Amino acid sequence: MNSKMTSASPTNAKATRQIVKALGEEPAFKAGDRVRISVRYPVGHYRVPIYMRGKRGTVEKILKPAAINNEEEGFGRNAGSKGFYYRVAVPLTELWPGYAGPPQDRLVIEVFETWLERI
Amino acid sequence: MATHDHDHEHPKSADEPAPGYYEIMETALRELLIDKKLIGPGEIRRQIEVLDSRTPALGAKVVARAWVDPEFRARLLANGRAVCESDFGISFYDDTQLIVLENTEKIHNVIVCTLCSCYPRPVLGLPPDWYKAKEYRARAVKEPRAVLSEFGTDIPEDVEVRISDSTAMVRYLVLPQRPAGTGNSTEEQLAALVTRDAMIGVVKVNLENRNTL
Repeated sequence: MNSKMTSASPTNAKATRQIVKALGEEPAFKAGDRVRISVRYPVGHYRVPIYMRGKRGTVEKILKPAAINNEEEGFGRNAGSKGFYYRVAVPLTELWPGYAGPPQDRLVIEVFETWLERI
Repeated sequence: MATHDHDHEHPKSADEPAPGYYEIMETALRELLIDKKLIGPGEIRRQIEVLDSRTPALGAKVVARAWVDPEFRARLLANGRAVCESDFGISFYDDTQLIVLENTEKIHNVIVCTLCSCYPRPVLGLPPDWYKAKEYRARAVKEPRAVLSEFGTDIPEDVEVRISDSTAMVRYLVLPQRPAGTGNSTEEQLAALVTRDAMIGVVKVNLENRNTL
């Protein structure tokens, strides 16, 4: 909640306090958060390449607005399943042991929230 | 060529080999969808027309504008899709967003889709075959500098190579660096320098790489 807004308009603040956001309505992660990509092997349609599973990275950006989970969309289940994607950056040296290039080389990939674990 | 379990002769043509497994499956599915009236042949033709109307020349115009107009560049980097729509009338016909990745002295961006062939089609049209090939998709994330060097692009060791794997709902367009010595060029002249490969990030824009289209 924004403190600037509450001090500027106390009446609105009171109303705002009563608004409870639904689960998943706000992004669970923010830029700079450290995350790990889950190690899961779902059967069917998935959008997280195998090489990313279990890797650690940093949230670079929240992708807005919330979007349909492509993995659900693959089965035609769209309604009510919007959520946030994040651009997650992973150093190539973390992805590939023995990576020959310099340490600053990175990969950035969009990952749906359900695949991210906080570390 | 696949063996057939039916006995009729196919016409022999070097240009047109017999359809493969997936081609036959696509034809069967398409005919079934049309048969069931879920889509019409006109809709398929129309979508092909939509894709054919998109070429790298569109992306090149966007890049050239970003080079000459800092205010436009800032808006483009903030929301690629909205600016392509509002300033160029480039429509996006699906739910994908467009993130424009700016190359700088310190960062060189490259795009790939390891899962399939996600590509900024609304602004560049259809991807080249090599972009969809397994070799590029696998190697671009694993040894991007080796891949770049095969395209004739050598990135200095102190520059970050940043590879974006496009897998779900975002498409990427690389905003290449404006080449030196183009201070007096017009926006149109600049657009003619911007190639498709530069907007994928596998080459830089330079005066020798002039787009002859």
